[in-house]
Amino acid sequence: MLTISETRRRYAAGETTPTALLESLHQEIIARDPAIGAYLSHDLDSALAEARACDLSLPLGGVPIGIKDNIAVYHQPATCGSRYLEHFVAPYDATVIRKLRAAGAIPFGRLNQDEFAMGSSTENSALGKTCNPHDPTRIPGGSSGGSAAAVAAKLAIATLGSDTGGSIRQPASHCGVVGLKPSYGRVSRYGLVAFASSLDQIGPITHCVDDAALLLQAMAGHDPADSTSLNAPVPNFLTEINAGVRGKKLGIPKEYFGEGIDPEVRSLVEKAIAALAAQGAEIVDISLPHTSYAVATYYVIATAEASSNLSRFDGVRYGKRASQVADVLDLYQKSREQGFGAEVKRRIILGTYVLSSGYYDAYYSRAQKVRALIRQDFQNAFSQVDAILSPVSPAPARKIGAAVTDPLLDYLSDIYTIAANLAGICAISVPCGNVTSEEHTQLPVGLQILGPPLAEASLLQIAKAAESATLA
Amino acid sequence: MPQQSIDVRHIARLARLELTDEEIAEFQPQLEAILGYVETLSNADVSAVKASAHGHEVFGPMRDDVPQESLALEDVLRNAPDSFQGQFRMPKVVTDA
Repeated sequence: MLTISETRRRYAAGETTPTALLESLHQEIIARDPAIGAYLSHDLDSALAEARACDLSLPLGGVPIGIKDNIAVYHQPATCGSRYLEHFVAPYDATVIRKLRAAGAIPFGRLNQDEFAMGSSTENSALGKTCNPHDPTRIPGGSSGGSAAAVAAKLAIATLGSDTGGSIRQPASHCGVVGLKPSYGRVSRYGLVAFASSLDQIGPITHCVDDAALLLQAMAGHDPADSTSLNAPVPNFLTEINAGVRGKKLGIPKEYFGEGIDPEVRSLVEKAIAALAAQGAEIVDISLPHTSYAVATYYVIATAEASSNLSRFDGVRYGKRASQVADVLDLYQKSREQGFGAEVKRRIILGTYVLSSGYYDAYYSRAQKVRALIRQDFQNAFSQVDAILSPVSPAPARKIGAAVTDPLLDYLSDIYTIAANLAGICAISVPCGNVTSEEHTQLPVGLQILGPPLAEASLLQIAKAAESATLA
Repeated sequence: MPQQSIDVRHIARLARLELTDEEIAEFQPQLEAILGYVETLSNADVSAVKASAHGHEVFGPMRDDVPQESLALEDVLRNAPDSFQGQFRMPKVVTDA
């Protein structure tokens, strides 16, 4: 398995070079990605030019990183999985890209996603289908499905995704890789195409917990270009990462193990909890009493923010423009009708409805108040425990096409991941075993670890212990 | 909470989306099912709670009013469906008096 540290070791030992590695990744993508569909595009020549000039002494020197197609890389496409932006070319680098470059990394490849990150299966991409590398009849999860599938298929060393309600953690769980959603404000959102601005965060999807820490280290910190990025010190995420869980208090929320969870998923997560207890963690039963409101709260707030954010797509400044229009209103309406897919339209309509006159207080104001209650639940919990353990998703990856006529089914499967975004806390998915499907494929299952705002160092330390337990 | 009926055509117009009749027929029951589910929020006791717009309280900080470098014109206009003399071109908005 080619991790970031293994890549760096090979460079240092002279076993390979950044250009040779990029050439071989390119060959692998050409040969194997047509069956997986993780990449929407990749530009070998520009990456090779960067590789020739890279500084191997930097922390990520010469390491190629795959990028979700909603994060801007100068002069590369950023389609967001949408027909609307099919021919869009980013006019600047996102702050995370600028920081990764400063740490020596090379952005390489654009990864498939649900259109504008709306979905949890990558089936809502207008530009391609992505399969789960562990079972091609199943979804990779989403919305960062391409980012997780690329790592799982060993077509990338590490990738970036974005997480608004679980879009890094759930595909990481379904694909058997590590996915970290940093605390809200830990990483700049400048250059991430906005879906729901109060919930979106960029984070890494990697083979191992150490790599997630390395990428977070390079990306974290205040950015004047994102006024919601927190002006808080960035600790070294690696110094304590091997310190283990002895003495850590880990909370088990009863609401996350109730009705609706697949019994095999539950059993694997409980095994991981037992393994952490065996390493000296103290397991504490806790309650997050407003959990049952999280999905409803999320789908009011996220769609309200989306309807506002996506109003920028007006057929004037970039992207799709309908031809044959009568006037400017017709231009807006036809360009958006032709450029957006069904799920994006559904969410824009839902968001417009909950913000419309007469419904605003009943839906949007109320959801904002319930959000405060959910945040309070976590504040109370973190006064008792260092972190919380739960499943990532109630079931392993479902079959492709299974939820197409009932979008609510997919919304409900986000139950364990969305509260972290509403509360602004950090969370990570770490593989904790496989379930054998009826077709005898091995479907990965993830353990979710949730930590207080800005407690990524402690979160990664616990994740590393969980990872060692499952590898042992 | 209000009834879960939604005038999809009216809301689509507010959102500047021109939906087809088929889309309206497809979305109507889906959106009503979602709104029916959202109705569960009316069971939460929010009488003593202040609304929260963010996970953390972030209040619009202001930067110093100092000119900064902006994007290159050609990079910006590269994505424009139509441009003319360094500007975006769009259908006429003002009508003749």
